[in-house]
Amino acid sequence: MNIHEYQAKELFRQYGVKTLNGILALNSNEAANACKELSGKIWVVKAQIHAGGRGKGGGIVLCRSVDEVYEAANNIIGSKLVTPQTTSEGVNVSKVYVEEGCNIAKEFYLGIVLDREKELPVIMASTEGGIEIEEVASKNPEKILKVYVDPVTGLGDWQARKIAFGLGLEGKQVKSCMGFMKNLYNLFIDLDCSIVEINPLVVTTADDIVALDAKINFDSSALFRHTDIEQLRDREEEEPLEIRATEVGLNYIKLDGEIGCMVNGAGLAMATMDIIKLHGGEPANFLDVGGGADSEQVAEGFRIILSDSSVKAIFVNIFGGIMRCDFIAEGIIAAAKEIKLDVPVIVRLAGTNVGIGKKMLAESGLNLITADDMNDGAIKAIKAMRRKK
Amino acid sequence: MSIWLDSSSKVVVQGITGKNGQFHSEQMLDYGTRIIGGVTPGKGGQETLGLPIWDTMDEAVDAGANVSCIFVPPAFAADAIMEAADSKVDLIVAITEGIPALDMVKVKKYIEPIDVRLIGPNCPGIITPGKSKVGIMPGHIHRKGDVGIISRSGTLTYEAVNQVTEKGLGQSTCVGIGGDPVNGTNFMDCLEAFENDGDTKSIIMIGEIGGTAEETASQYAKDYVSKPIVGFIAGRTAPPGKRMGHAGAIISGGKGTAKEKMNAMKRAGIHVAENPSKLGNTLEEIL
Repeated sequence: MNIHEYQAKELFRQYGVKTLNGILALNSNEAANACKELSGKIWVVKAQIHAGGRGKGGGIVLCRSVDEVYEAANNIIGSKLVTPQTTSEGVNVSKVYVEEGCNIAKEFYLGIVLDREKELPVIMASTEGGIEIEEVASKNPEKILKVYVDPVTGLGDWQARKIAFGLGLEGKQVKSCMGFMKNLYNLFIDLDCSIVEINPLVVTTADDIVALDAKINFDSSALFRHTDIEQLRDREEEEPLEIRATEVGLNYIKLDGEIGCMVNGAGLAMATMDIIKLHGGEPANFLDVGGGADSEQVAEGFRIILSDSSVKAIFVNIFGGIMRCDFIAEGIIAAAKEIKLDVPVIVRLAGTNVGIGKKMLAESGLNLITADDMNDGAIKAIKAMRRKK
Repeated sequence: MSIWLDSSSKVVVQGITGKNGQFHSEQMLDYGTRIIGGVTPGKGGQETLGLPIWDTMDEAVDAGANVSCIFVPPAFAADAIMEAADSKVDLIVAITEGIPALDMVKVKKYIEPIDVRLIGPNCPGIITPGKSKVGIMPGHIHRKGDVGIISRSGTLTYEAVNQVTEKGLGQSTCVGIGGDPVNGTNFMDCLEAFENDGDTKSIIMIGEIGGTAEETASQYAKDYVSKPIVGFIAGRTAPPGKRMGHAGAIISGGKGTAKEKMNAMKRAGIHVAENPSKLGNTLEEIL
């Protein structure tokens, strides 16, 4: 789960990770008023969207007067911001963060992620601040300093020093940096983050270490123990159909194709998308109905797939393990009774209770196309989709 | 012979009284798995499915258990895995989906010095057809044979198993290693075990997007595995930056794509099936 920069900075402050003062504004008047509460004569107006690369899209504006802040906020709020990380349509901006300026001496990159190979949190620091870290990783991997942290011992002083000296800090900066690192690491662990990224991290001319940007991504599996973090979710940033799916415990991701997919299991769901593509079709979505889905969830899955108007056929591919085929059959029948299934539905069932499931479907009187295996199902789905068009 | 599980394995189910634990314990018993009891803290002394329930894993091990199968809910699953490891079982199969990644980091550190094998979490489990199944896979699609199967996915493994069975072949052991970013047994461990297993003549390896486990395993296969391998990677059509159901199935920073993994497999001499419904055919062709 992602949150906005202003929310991440609030968490930073709670953990003693230094940021600049800032105020969230929902319109240009609020933005102008924010300047009066903040100190200094320079302010930065920053669009609050989850996607990165905001600067390149004009979403971050340096202002030297209250009028400039008003104008910048006026331009940004209500606009669609296009960045290298959004679609070409862009993303609606409904709020800006007005932040004090500061005098920057040096810029760095700092990130903490879970390293899958070493199975440990890794702190990555680089003197190449302000640049996409993936770019540094591919062109100058030696410029990324990595410190792996054992969760049992936590981040040692020696490790924090290694980062500070590695970044070329000196004098008072070293101590500030060590405190900064330890607080940030504690935040990463306490809040079950999957990514904490600061780009750029800056050293000010007053030798302070400050997070100029803040990006936090949380491990969705750990949200059950962070109900306060769950409150920070911004639904406007998420695909409405994906939210609806999550609410009933389904895993749905909208794609651009025309063949809707309902599959049990993530691996099989991906393979089903792949096989549709292999035969010249385009999948409209990823939908994993999971291991324990009941008939109501399956019915909701159908409704979600059908709310995407580009869907011209639905391929149901179920291999029963935990998920019993009779559950799926029940779901299909329940959904069909409630919604008008106006696109062809191709069903392939296999595995646990397949006999009962097939019998239920056959006796339901529904107009379904049955498939022998997933290859057959994909081919039939594409044919049905073309006829429908 | 087979790997890690056979008819002598004595299984305890942690979380046997939960809905999933109960249903699948029954299925395992039907298959012939020797389940000797279950652990549900606070319900010790009671019975379920005609089997004893214990409060702790120590009691289960005293009663003879050497394999644990975990259905404990995600918030308590890491704790259950560590309890199992401490009790000195040989094999832990964690079915639970949704364990926080940092919990698994701690689990991995905790079990590192202990001589125990962890399979999963977020996996279908392990089955040695005709002998024992510890997990949630539908037993009836399996058939005794000499194909070893390893996969990060659940249902996609069943798909592969079914294709192998339909070709008149069978499986020596099938291992679902799970879809989480931090897990126990990996592809490489399975390849090594299958290479050393006299009953396994060929291997099917099913990977998916995210991480680099398939690349590492491919290199290992090239250097150390003499048996023929058929490979598949799910997620060629997955968009980058989106988590495809499994916590570990995500292309991040341009890394972990299906294309990279398929190329690594091909470079290692693994026979990559482009079509997931042709795994059985590909295997038949090379045998």
